[in-house]
Order: sequence, then C-alpha cells, then structure tokens
Amino acid sequence: MQPPASILTPDQGEQVDRLAASLDRDQAIWLSGYFAGVGDRAGTGLSEPERDAGPGAGAETAPATRSLTILFATETGNGRELARSLADAARAKGAETRIADMADYRTRALRDEQDLLVITSTHGEGDPPQPALGFFEFLDSRKAPKLEHVRFAVLGLGDSTYEHYCGAARRIDERLAALGAQRFTHRVDCDVDYEDDAAAWIKTVVAALTPTELAPAPAGPSIVAPRNDAAPAAGAAFDKKHPFCAAVLDNLVLTGRGSTKETRHLELSLEGSGLRYEPGDALGVVARNDPALVAMLLERLGLSADAPVTVKRETMSLGEALTGTFEITAATPRFLDHWAEITGAAELAALRAADQAKARAAFLRGHHIIDIVERFPASGIDPDRLLAGLRPLQPRLYSFASSFTATPDEAHLTVSTVRYELHDRQRTGVASGYLAGRTDEDATVPVYIQSNDHFHLPDDDTPIVMIGAGTGVAPYRAFMQEREARGAGGRSWLFFGERNFRSDFLYQVEWQELLRRGVLSRLDLAFSRDATPKTYVQDRLSRQGRDVYAWLEDGAWLYVCGDAAQMAPDVHAALVGVVADHGGLDGDGAEEYVAALKRDRRYRLDVY
Amino acid sequence: MNGGIHPDRSRDVSQPLDELGPDETLKADSDQLRGTITHSLADEITAAVTADDAKLMKFFGVYQQDDRDIRDERRRQKLEPAYFFMARVRLPGGVCSPSQWLKLDELARAYGAGTLRLTTRQTFQLHRVMKQNLRTVIQGLRDVLLDTKAACGDDTRGVMCTVNPNLSAVHGQVYALAKQASDHATHKTGAYDEIWYGAERKPTVGPEEPFYGRTYLPRKFKIGFAIPPSNDIDVYSQDLGLIAIADGGRLQGFNVAIGGGLGRTDQAPNTYPRLASVIGYIEADQLIATIDAVMSVQRDYGDRLDRSHARFKYTIDDKGLDWITTEIERRLGCALAPARPYTFTSNGDPLGWMTGEDGREHYTLLIENGRVINTPDRPLMDALHEIARTDKCTFRVTPNQNLIIADIDPGDRPAIEALMTEHGLDRFERDTGLRRNAMACVALPTCGLAMAESERYLPELLTKIEAILKTHGLTDEPITIRMTGCPNGCARPYIAEIGLTGRAPGKYNLYLGAGFHGQRLNKMYLENVGETAILEALDQTLGHYASDRQPGEHFGDFAIRAGYVPEVKEGRFFND
Ligand code: SRM
Ligand SMILES: Cc1cc2nc3c(=O)[nH]c(=O)nc-3n(C[C@H](O)[C@H](O)[C@H](O)COP(=O)(O)OP(=O)(O)OC[C@H]3O[C@@H](n4cnc5c(N)ncnc54)[C@H](O)[C@@H]3O)c2cc1C
Ligand SMILES: Cc1cc2nc3c(=O)[nH]c(=O)nc-3n(C[C@H](O)[C@H](O)[C@H](O)COP(=O)(O)O)c2cc1C
Ligand code: SF4
Repeated sequence: MQPPASILTPDQGEQVDRLAASLDRDQAIWLSGYFAGVGDRAGTGLSEPERDAGPGAGAETAPATRSLTILFATETGNGRELARSLADAARAKGAETRIADMADYRTRALRDEQDLLVITSTHGEGDPPQPALGFFEFLDSRKAPKLEHVRFAVLGLGDSTYEHYCGAARRIDERLAALGAQRFTHRVDCDVDYEDDAAAWIKTVVAALTPTELAPAPAGPSIVAPRNDAAPAAGAAFDKKHPFCAAVLDNLVLTGRGSTKETRHLELSLEGSGLRYEPGDALGVVARNDPALVAMLLERLGLSADAPVTVKRETMSLGEALTGTFEITAATPRFLDHWAEITGAAELAALRAADQAKARAAFLRGHHIIDIVERFPASGIDPDRLLAGLRPLQPRLYSFASSFTATPDEAHLTVSTVRYELHDRQRTGVASGYLAGRTDEDATVPVYIQSNDHFHLPDDDTPIVMIGAGTGVAPYRAFMQEREARGAGGRSWLFFGERNFRSDFLYQVEWQELLRRGVLSRLDLAFSRDATPKTYVQDRLSRQGRDVYAWLEDGAWLYVCGDAAQMAPDVHAALVGVVADHGGLDGDGAEEYVAALKRDRRYRLDVY
Repeated sequence: MNGGIHPDRSRDVSQPLDELGPDETLKADSDQLRGTITHSLADEITAAVTADDAKLMKFFGVYQQDDRDIRDERRRQKLEPAYFFMARVRLPGGVCSPSQWLKLDELARAYGAGTLRLTTRQTFQLHRVMKQNLRTVIQGLRDVLLDTKAACGDDTRGVMCTVNPNLSAVHGQVYALAKQASDHATHKTGAYDEIWYGAERKPTVGPEEPFYGRTYLPRKFKIGFAIPPSNDIDVYSQDLGLIAIADGGRLQGFNVAIGGGLGRTDQAPNTYPRLASVIGYIEADQLIATIDAVMSVQRDYGDRLDRSHARFKYTIDDKGLDWITTEIERRLGCALAPARPYTFTSNGDPLGWMTGEDGREHYTLLIENGRVINTPDRPLMDALHEIARTDKCTFRVTPNQNLIIADIDPGDRPAIEALMTEHGLDRFERDTGLRRNAMACVALPTCGLAMAESERYLPELLTKIEAILKTHGLTDEPITIRMTGCPNGCARPYIAEIGLTGRAPGKYNLYLGAGFHGQRLNKMYLENVGETAILEALDQTLGHYASDRQPGEHFGDFAIRAGYVPEVKEGRFFND
C-alpha cells in the first residue's frame, strides 16, 4: 500500500513497502504495536505527570505491548472498585496498566491511547456521573480526536428500574466506535447486582488483551504518523493580508451569572494551517464590521450597498468596503475635518482650531461616525468621497491563552466583549463583538500570528511573577500550560484581579488545579467590588512586598499584562514602593532598581 | 457484660482506628473537631473548605452546599460550583422569643438570601451563607443566646418536643427537660468558641469531651419528647423517644422508646426505616441518667465501620432488643418499670386559633414546607417580622414545619389578628385536609444529596391531587402526604399515609399504608415512577377509599385492608 506522500519521504516509503511485503500476519501485528509505541514517543513529547505508564513508557520497556488504560466514571464508587479489580487482573496478565478517573483524565492524552477499557455508571436520567460530564462532553464535541488506532471495550453500571438503563455506557460505546476505535469485545450492561456480570466481563477482556488474540490494528503508516505533525515549515504563508480561516471549536462565556462583564473563552483550530506560536504571542483577528451598523450608515447617507467604489485601485461594492475594509465605529480627527468640509457645519469647523484639541477629543469620545452622520447629514454624498475620510479597518490582537505544545493545533483566547451605550444606542466593539457572535457550528475566524518576543517565558528554572487584571490573565494560562508540558521547575506566582470573586474569577478551577499540582506556586487575588476599601492587584503586590522583593532578588522575571491606562502605571508605582520598602532604597534608588529590571528585560509588559 | 452473652465487637469503638471507617480516624485526629477549619475559612482561592473540614463543621451545625441549579453551567464556565453554607440553629423544642426571631430575620436578610427555613425538627436553617460571613452569623446568634452546636454531626441532634399548646402546664415541664437534655448531651469542645467566636484556647482540666471522647458517636443520634395525645414529633422516628406520662396536669415520667430512624438507601435491602420500640417507663428524675445510659450503649456498640449501618436502630437489631435493654438497665443501675398506657391521635398540627388551659391564645400558622420568604402575593417574612416586633407573643416551630404564634394575652389577640389578616396569613381554612398535612424536605437546589425535586415540586403536585380529591369528595379529609428528594427521609415520608421519595429527576417511589398518628410504617406501592403514574395510582386508590371506607377509617389503614400494600410490622421487613 502507498502511504500518503506527505507523511513519509520516498525512500522511507520504499523501505516500508519492502518490509510490509516480507511480513506474515503475526509479524505485521507485532510491528504495528511496535510502531504505535514509536509514534507515541515521536508524538507530542508531553510529560504527563499523572501517568504511571504512558504509552511511551510502555513502548520503552516492552516494544511489542500496546499501552492499556482503564478509564472509569463513577458517582457512588462502584465503578472505581471494578476499575481497580480490572487493573489488578490486567497487571496479573503482565500488561502495563494505567487507571484513570474520567473526572481528572486530561483529555488531550486520549489521542495517544491504544487499548482503552471504559467503565461507567449512569445517573440522573440516563446521564453520565456528574464528575465525568466534562469528559463525555469533550468526547461528543468536535474536539474529540480520531481514534482509528484505539481498541476499546465498555462496561456499563446501571439500574434496570430506570428507563434509560445504562444510557451513559451505551453513549460512550457508540461514540468511541464513531470516532473510529474498534471494540475487541461487545459492551456489557450490569444491573444493581453487577458483581457476577462484571467479573465475567473482566475475564473476557483480560483474555482478549493477550497479543495472539488481537484483532489486527490498522497497518503501518497511519499509526506511525505522529498526530500533531502539522510541520511549521510553510506556516509563514498566512499573515495580516492573507489570514487563515480558523474553525471555532468552542466559544463560551467565562463570567458567571450576575457578572457586570462578559468575558469569553474561544478555542480556534489551527489544524492544517501549519501555524505555530509561543506563549506570550498574540493572535491577529481580521474582523468585519457589524452588518446592521453598515446598513444603518448606508440608510442615513441614502446610499446603496451595491454602489461600486474603488479601494486601492480595486473596485468593490460600497457595502463590502464598509463591512470589510474600513473602520466605521469610532471617528478620527481626520474624519472630523473631512465631514466639516463636506457639510460645512460650523460646529464641526470650530473644533478644527488648533486650540480646540481638548474639546475635539471630548467630542470624538462622545460621537462616533454614525452619530456625526446623523447630526450633520450629507445625504446622497458620493461614495468614494465618503471613503476618503475613513481609515482602514485594523485587525485586533488577542493574547494566546493556550500553549501550542500543550494543545497542538489549537488557539485559545480570552476575550472581553466591549459593550457600551452611546446616545441611547447599544454599541459593541468591532472585533470582540464579531467574535462574540461567532458561535454557530461552522463558524470560522480569519486569523494570523503576531509574535511578541518581549513577552516570552525565561528558561525553565527562572522564577516568574505574573501580574494581570481581567483578560490580562490570558497569557499566564499559556505560560502555565507550557511550563507544565515542559516539566519546567521554576517557581511561579500569579497576581490576578477582577471585580467579583463569584462571577469573574476567570479560569478559577484551572488555577486551583495548577496550584494543587504545584505547577503554580502562589496565587494572590484582588476582587475590587467584593470588599471595601476596593483592593486591586497593585494593593496585593504591596501587601506581599517582602516576598515579592525576595523573588526579584532570586532573579525572578516580572510580567504585567492587561489594562494600559490604569493598571500598568499603578502596578509600576507599587513595584517601586515594594523595592523601596524592602530593598532599603530611597525613591530614586528604587526607581533605578526597577529601571534596571527593565534594562535586563526581567520586567516585561504587554498592556493594551 | 449482661446475660453472659458476649456480643460481636469487631466493628465498634473497641477496635483500633485503622480497623474502623475513615471518619473515625478523621474525628480522632481532629483535635476535638478543630481540624483545619480556621485555615479553610481563611482560604481565598475557593469559596469552599477542605472535604475533612466540611465534615467536621457539621458538628457545629454548618453544612457546605452549592447551588445545584447552576452547578453544570459553572463547570462549563471553568468556575467552581457556587459554594455556600447552610447554618442550622440549635433550638430545643422549637421555642423562640420575639427578639430571637428578629435577629434571625435580620441575619437571613443580610447573609441568608432573604429566607428562613423551618425544619422538621423544629428549628431554623439559614441557607446560602458565604464562608466569610459564617462568623458574623454565628456571633449574631450568640447575641440572642442561640448557637448552632451539634445541629449536625455524629452526636445528639436538635432535641424535639411536642408543642401542642392545649397542654400548657405539662408542656412547660417537658420543654424544660427537653432543653436540659439538649444542653446536657451537646458536645463540650472549646473548638466552637475558638473557631466561631475567636476565643482564646483555654487549658482544659481533664478530657475536653468527658462523654464523647475523641471519636464522638458512630452516627447522628436523635432525641424527642412526645406529649400524648399528640405525636407531632413522630416519637417512633427518634433514636431515643420519650413519651410523657402526666397525671392531672403534672408530669410523672416517660415511657422510653428506642431505635427509631428512617434513613435508607435504594437497592440496599440491608438499610431500612425502623420505628422505635417502647422498652419501659422511667420517673422524670431518671431522665438524664437514662439518656446517658442509652447514648453510651450506642457509643460503645454502634457500627463504626459502615456508616450506612451505624444508626442505633441497626445496633439494636444486630444485638437484639432484649440484650440492648438489659445493657441499658445495667448502666442505669436499675430495671425499667413496665410502660404506662398512653394514646396518640395524630402526628399533624391542629391549625388556627386555640386557647390553652391557662386561657392564653395560640395560633398555629400553616407554612408551606417551612419556607419563610416574601413573595409578591404573600409577604410572609415581613408579616412575621411585624408580629415579632409587637413583642406580645412567642414562637414555636412545629415538627410539621409550621409556626405557632403562641402565648398571646387575650387582650392582645385583636392586634395580632389584624396584622395577620393585613398580610393574608389567616387563610388556612381554604386548604384541603391533604395540604394541611403535607410536608416536603428541602432537596434541590441546596441539598447535596437530593436526586429529585421536593420542596419546589410538592405544592404543584398537591394541586393536581386536590383535583382528584374533589372528584371523590375527599377535600376536607385529613390525609398525611410527605415528599423527600431522596431516600434519606428528612420529611419522615415512611410514616406518611402517602409517601414519595425521589429516585432521579421527576421520578419517585410511592408508598402507602402508614398509620395516621405515626404508629406504622408505609410500604412501597410503586417504584421509580413519574407524575402520571403517581396520579393514576392515587386516583384509583383514593376513589376506592372514598367509596368503600368504613366510618372513621383513615386512608393508611384502608390501603392495607383493601390489600394495596401489606402491613409492615417491623422495619426489618420494610423491603420484603
Ligand atoms: C432540613 C431537614 C429537612 C426539612 O425539610 O426540614 C433536613 C435536611 C437535610 N438532611 Fe435530614 N433533614 C431534616 C430532618 C431529618 C429527618 C427527620 C427527623 O429527624 O425527624 C430524618 C429521618 C430520621 C432519621 O434521622 O433517620 C433525616 C434523615 C437524614 C439522613 C439519613 C440518615 C440515615 O440514618 O440514613 C441524611 C443523610 C445522612 O445523614 O447521611 C440527612 C441529611 C440532611 C442534609 C443535611 C443533607 C446533607 O447531609 O448534606 C439535608 C440539608 C438540606 C438543606 O439544603 O437544607 N438527613 N433528616 C430536617 C432538619 C432537621 C433538623 O432541624 O435537624
Ligand atoms: C498585544 C495585545 C493583546 C491583547 N490581548 C487581548 C486579550 O487577550 N483579550 C482581550 O479581550 N483584548 C485584548 N486586547 C485588546 C483587543 O485587541 C481589542 O482592543 C479589544 O478587544 C477591543 O477591540 P474591539 O474591536 O472589540 O473594540 P473597538 O471596536 O476597537 O472599540 C473600542 C473603542 O470603542 C470605543 N468605546 C469603548 N467604550 C466606550 C464608551 N463607554 N463610550 C464611548 N466609546 C467607547 C472607544 O473608541 C474604544 O477605542 C489586546 C490588545 C493588544 C494590543
Ligand atoms: C440518582 C441516581 C440516578 C440513577 N439513574 C440511573 C439511570 O438513569 N439509569 C441507570 O441505568 N442507572 C441509574 N442509576 C443507578 C446507578 O447507575 C447504579 O447504582 C450504579 O451501580 C452506580 O455506580 P457508581 O457507584 O459507579 O456510580 C441511578 C442511581 C442514582 C443514585
Ligand atoms: S431527604 Fe434527601 S433530598 Fe431531602 S433534604 Fe434530606 S437528604 Fe436532602
């Protein structure tokens, strides 16, 4: 058989062909297992702390065996018990066995599985056990990987007096098959007196595990190909001008009920783009204007969307120009001048005077293009003349909230939707509003990578202090994913600030987990609207001054991300204060100490 | 050892900790319930406390819960569950002064989501209290001489006492003893003052818990005092039930009933509800000694390996009632006298106005499922706040989640009555005999163990059943109906003529045939069914009851005579 050219070099291909031709069935099976192991080692290269025997490890010790994972979902503990006895039985057979609770199984490990034994009970009305809901959801989602190389078997625990008897077991059994995995024995559903049936099932699967009885796994190449091998090579192909259309995998609101904000978590797929990024980089989003706003503008100006216009020697419809190429929300001084000339409005003309800078700025804050057009009409204006006053629509940047190493081919963003009212009209930010609307099944977003060298991680052992408010926390999620994936040893300390603990603690459970796993060493929180007096990150920084200074003295790098207007200056001031108080320096000395940090590139900002 | 018989001790406190259940080690190593609670309360990263501390905090009447309505939504949002705490007040006999009411009202509005919950054991619960407000709430209660000690945990729970106001004199005497019993049996650890009041740790002379020791009881232990003819407290559901025997308005002593308990687990036939067995009679002055004797037997012989088999009822059925009785008598130092005759007529509440034998007035107010809250059409919380402010009455929380506005001077009655009419509280006459005798446990969204709705669902189900009652002319017939969201039985559903216990969302077990005054357990009639099946079954059985019942025959008795369910003679046979 011919492996796809993209995967093997021509002479590798030949070698495989020659080898394949010379093999009998058993040898082929043995080799497929062997290559699976190789493939996994060549794979993501992730270190998975919670694994006792990952597939890689399996392959190291005994190349011929396939890795075995027992995955259980339980609410009241029966499933766990059974999983344990299954594990014992399998180990007795000499199989490298890993046992994992779906509740804390890291889903990205799934693509590396080989033999998968699933035990799940059913609760609620045919639902999976509460703790496993996340895993089931992942499996049903578009994020679930193909599993052709996986073989599996499912044991169901249930109660036949319920109408959805063992519903969860049936669901996962069918879904795994749908993802391409092959059963090596049919599913068994157990009633409340599950002991005997379960024991029998365990016997069967453990027997089926022994290599000789294996159904042949799919042959060579499809297994050998490391999963995330979207080589960066041609990656540069996509940029501002030629963005990559990334499919939206997930788009959810992170802020809980009663929040005063709407902050979203987006997951985009870079699969097939060859795009790669580093934690600290940003994703460029080439957004389009809100069609409703375009329509309103055209209506107010008495212009037709189909009117042909020329933009950079290229003709297109006015509608397309206003939607895709020009900024039509906030107005610029230039637009002001332009509109003053067109309409000859005295009020606008007055604002052009050199000494009117303040008034002009205030006016522009309070009047966007649509407001100006409404107040100073110029119906029937020549389309090209209109466009001459507008500036090109700029892409918006969003910090990566994920690590490419940890989530290959995915880009996670943390986006705060800009919503505000002006002249009794609801307005939304161009890009954040555009992204907030990108929720349907087949939604895509045009993107490119904006690398940001000055906000990358130091070497693995250097301690880092991360300070961020609101969406400023995004890159730190990437930092932590990356450091965990690399097994980096350096200490890390996060200062996070938002409004309310209950609703705005972005990625709360992830931080709690990272702390528990020791990836994150310390976490300090400031929720400004929960307590009086209001506390902000800079206040927490000052309160922890002694330790912060100690960290700096230990060579820690300090990162600040988020709001440029308020937070960054306040944090800077607090930092100088900390150094003065605990470094025994006077004002200037402290300023100099912090300046030195900047010079040594140990004090890094990414503010907007 | 009594009677020379040597009982099996392989599962009780005589065994080394590592041979017993994990909770025993937790209690033993907790430094008399201190654990790391103070640390947990200070942790800002989470609104919860550690799993171990959550268990220990129950001994202080504080339960960690979360809003289950939004648990799943928050999981998707990568937020932890919306954790908060339920605080249960210790209120022996349900007696509450106006100033105490006003404080509870104030705390509930400030920290408890604006609602108070009257419980089936005659006390108050505040729900949705945030971790950082717990101390404020508990210290606020202290200001009015209330605490939350032992409202939960492996120790004595809130002590119940009949509130029937017709028997003012005897009630006074029995209530005093109930209060004394509660104070006596409540744990003594200094941890409570240290953690909740911020008190300094005092050096203790001798053991901090003379009775409980380091491992407390194997499980919760419930004490209740009934004053015939009212069995409102369901004395047979208590681990230790005391039935007052009075003579001409003077309390003489008590019949002693042991081994009541209702909790069970579906699909676990070795768990079952059990009604207490009457083992004899004691004089009033033997009360405290008797409580010590009975509780110490459970402390020493209760199962500490399997918590689902640790209640006193199982200790009794395992060791034998006679052996346990003899052991109690041995510890008491004398034999129990034979039980005195008594009669119960009902386990419900007589609603409306009533004049006590001392001529003072009492009004028993029906409070649907014990939920005190303001709704647009019924500002119940405001109304009771107003009434409390008059300072011309006291309050009694009844075991049926109702409230008695008690001890009113006849001269003050008009003023109180006016307030009630003004807020529309005096409308129970409109309610059917079924609704007057209905109870539902809290269940969703706060109860962590709920499998189905209860408090939020029973009212609408009742409306549907009432339609059926109407067609069969049973509108005014008193019939007890009790619903719970899981088999634990918090609203005592197994001693209701119609019992419903949750199995899964929208699914319940239906039980029939219990005794009207709590003297007999009911029996499962339908398993794991939805509303339609429940209504069909009730339409059929109630219809039959309406046509074929004998004079004065209660629905529960009829269900057995008509053969819908067999009579359950003993808890052990409940699952047969
Ligand atoms: C509030 C109350 C129901 C009500 O609507 O009034 C209640 C509510 C709860 N009960 Fe109960 N029980 C309440 C009376 C009862 C009763 C009735 C009684 O005691 O007269 C019973 C049956 C009698 C018995 O104990 O056998 C009862 C048997 C249970 C059980 C089962 C115990 C067992 O032996 O199996 C549990 C679960 C447990 O303890 O493991 C439980 C546990 C609970 C908890 C604390 C759930 C938990 O453990 O996390 C519930 C809190 C729900 C919430 O959000 O408020 N509750 N519980 C009652 C409070 C009484 C009080 O003031 O102390
Ligand atoms: C390196 C970098 C990283 C970034 N990372 C992130 C990130 O991780 N997450 C994130 O959410 N953002 C991030 N941003 C900001 C992001 O790029 C956008 O600026 C932000 O989302 C707003 O863009 P928008 O198109 O939605 O809003 P716009 O259409 O640009 O609207 C913003 C404009 O709306 C107007 N406006 C806003 N409020 C009002 C008001 N109340 N009254 C009148 N006018 C008002 C103002 O003119 C303002 O300039 C980052 C920016 C940079 C430079
Ligand atoms: C609240 C609840 C709901 C349940 N719902 C179902 C159901 O819908 N279908 C089913 O087959 N079993 C159902 N069951 C039965 C459980 O699946 C069964 O008890 C199983 O053995 C539990 O295994 P676990 O301890 O591993 O969770 C339910 C059990 C509970 C407690
Ligand atoms: S009966 Fe079950 S659901 Fe109802 S309150 Fe008790 S424990 Fe909760």
